[in-house]
Amino acid sequence: MGIGYSFLTGRVEIINNEIMDSGKNSLDLFFSMFPFMVLWSGIMNVAKKAGILDFLAKRMRPLFRIIFPELEENDEALGYIASNLTINMLGIHNASTPFGLKAMKCLQEKNPHKKIATRSMITFLVLNTSGVTLIATDILAVRRMYGSANPTDLVFITILATIVNTMFALFMDCFLWKVSKKYESS
Amino acid sequence: MNLANLGNFFLPLVVLLIFLTAIYQKVNIYDEFVVGAKEGMKTAFSIFPYLIGMIFGINILLKSELLTQILSFFHPFFQAIHIPVEILPMALVRPISGNASFAVMIDIIKTYGVDSALGRMVSIMQGATDTTIYVISLYFGSIGIQNIRYALKAGLFADLVTLLMSVFLVSLFFH
Repeated sequence: MGIGYSFLTGRVEIINNEIMDSGKNSLDLFFSMFPFMVLWSGIMNVAKKAGILDFLAKRMRPLFRIIFPELEENDEALGYIASNLTINMLGIHNASTPFGLKAMKCLQEKNPHKKIATRSMITFLVLNTSGVTLIATDILAVRRMYGSANPTDLVFITILATIVNTMFALFMDCFLWKVSKKYESS
Repeated sequence: MNLANLGNFFLPLVVLLIFLTAIYQKVNIYDEFVVGAKEGMKTAFSIFPYLIGMIFGINILLKSELLTQILSFFHPFFQAIHIPVEILPMALVRPISGNASFAVMIDIIKTYGVDSALGRMVSIMQGATDTTIYVISLYFGSIGIQNIRYALKAGLFADLVTLLMSVFLVSLFFH
């Protein structure tokens, strides 16, 4: 689509550069992510063996029972989901990714159709992408840099926006699940 | 100031807490670390093809400015429902790329001022959602899911709610 449009507007040279550069760009991203992922997967395994993930999952169990009705109470995935969301809340997205991928892997093991997403997977991703960041440090830094009179005056409002959009997203998730169930069974 | 610095303390604290608990539980820390790290390496390699494909597609879409052109077509509609057209590029890029939307946010803050209504709206949008399309393709890609069912619809719906909320909250609290 983008390529077709560039032919129409004579921007082909930009796309040319992009084709050359994107390999390098993704390698850059890969190299910046790779050590992080390896390190955190290691630390994560220590945390798991020390029983921290179980502890987190246990704490959030009442909430999880409502959000993930399909999962069993002591499902391994819940520990990873809890860690992923907790770290996301503090705005450290790179560190939360290994936990999230691990959670997906656990959910996939119990998935009867390996190529089709399960309800719990979608709910988890909706929770993750609707964003439950409580303190976005990078945004605060930018606001301070550009001379905001009070950089933190948006923190409360952002949290409010996040809570509202997460709730709407969960409703939508539940609604779409019911629609898809009806559609698939008929 | 304090809030901004809180994040810096969090990560070291987490690591410290994990290791202290592990020592208390008599876990063989180094061995378990290596086992986990090996697994992390496998995951990282297995997501690389998805990463490279995704970045290629995303960058071409962004650089060709196709999206901004399509968007300008709908300007009268957004003006009619009181959404400033200046923040639409932000709304469009936010689900696709975190870095690109961060750049758009800084651009708008520079142009209109950090404490302007527009500057506040984009700050909220950057903070209140995550990159929907990126997360969905990475997470599902890593485990080989091909049929994502309604995941994208639900995720993008949350982004739409955030756009409306940011406009609504800023006009509610700052005017």
